[in-house]
Amino acid sequence: MKSLVSMLFGLLIVLAPAAAQDLAPDAMVQQVTEDVLNIVRQDKDIQSGNTRKAIDLAETKVSPYFNFQRMTALAVGREWNKATPEQKKRLTEEFRTLLVRTYSNALTSYKNQKVVYKPSKMAPADTEVVVKTEVLQPGNKPIQLDYALEKQGGSWKVYDVIVAGVSLVTNYRDTFKQEMSNSGIDGLITMIANKNKQIEAGKK
Amino acid sequence: MKPPLLSRLSSLAYVAALIAASGCATTANNPKDPFEGFNRAMFAVNEGLDKVIKPVAQGYDTVAPLPVKVVVSNFFGNIWDAWTAINNLLQGKGGEAVSDIGRLLINSTLGIGGAFDIASEMGLTKHSEDFGQTLGKWGVSEGPFFYWPIIGPRTTRDTFGWMVDSYSDPVWRVWLTGDMALRNVMVGTRYINLRATLLPADKVVEEAAFDRYNYIRDAYLQYRRNEVFDGELPHQVSDEESPQ
Repeated sequence: MKSLVSMLFGLLIVLAPAAAQDLAPDAMVQQVTEDVLNIVRQDKDIQSGNTRKAIDLAETKVSPYFNFQRMTALAVGREWNKATPEQKKRLTEEFRTLLVRTYSNALTSYKNQKVVYKPSKMAPADTEVVVKTEVLQPGNKPIQLDYALEKQGGSWKVYDVIVAGVSLVTNYRDTFKQEMSNSGIDGLITMIANKNKQIEAGKK
Repeated sequence: MKPPLLSRLSSLAYVAALIAASGCATTANNPKDPFEGFNRAMFAVNEGLDKVIKPVAQGYDTVAPLPVKVVVSNFFGNIWDAWTAINNLLQGKGGEAVSDIGRLLINSTLGIGGAFDIASEMGLTKHSEDFGQTLGKWGVSEGPFFYWPIIGPRTTRDTFGWMVDSYSDPVWRVWLTGDMALRNVMVGTRYINLRATLLPADKVVEEAAFDRYNYIRDAYLQYRRNEVFDGELPHQVSDEESPQ
């Protein structure tokens, strides 16, 4: 009996993340966003700027729905093809750390804004879609917050986040290109790694 | 007679173009930012100014309760809606222009002089328009990028757009009533309020950017392109740029 309960419990844990992944992309974005915001609304630490806690939240609730490799490839641009598998892996790891932190930082400035989900236009056969949302803020124009998703296997993954028209991923493209032309792909890896270390040292 | 602001600005633009053209930016190698040397210098000037402006904005942000900040934003936003309507009209978006005029009428009356944004609650969405966007819609290209003191990032097109915006800006025109002090208080309040709304972005940019100047420039350019298309710019990443 006891083992049956723990087995069921184990199943629940396994199934829980899969549930959101099987959803249509717009429903998935909505569910993940609301899940995260519900937690932030009740977490005074995150609201008062505890980045560490926000990162933990982003890692557990948001990262599973992101395709960090594709994001990195997008930011790196053409040179991505010239990178070795090892370089790709390290680039993705470092860029992922940076993106998760940026996202988490944005979470700490959350002040009870409401998010509105726009109907997304897509055909059943589509494998790429942009899900549009808006963050309503009293006294100001709503902020456009869009997610570009692609279908991978059976599930949808976010590969770009666009805030007020600004892609958080491609905004790095020129900076990355410049660094790669100066000191190659390894130089770029070092640059992102140093940045991550520097931020980590500055704030706990 | 040219209004003093406009003539001051055009001479500023002229001087800047001269400095930039005279070789101050010979090290720049980014085709979309030919005057990078000048721009970075001005960026540094603004970072210096912000050492004074930011604490004021932070003070305002801490002291003023949220409803007060909302009222301040609504008040200036309502004044701007008139100019938004004109720009929508100039861009051939009659429906939007009518909605903006509706907003102005409703918020100025029921919304008590623009203090409350009743119109949004009634379903009249706030639009974001300015003359730079109108020029963009008319097909005027962006031109070289500039970073101006105080004003901040603008493409050449948006610099001219900003001049026209300022010239038509009712808040700047308050001085015509003879009350220069009132005008200054209004312009100052609007500026500090705007700076305060950007405070949360500071932390994000600080940690996300490798080079703050580059990050802000590239974000600004993306942002403005999206604005010209009213947020309907298709999300496109060509295959050669996005290898798998």
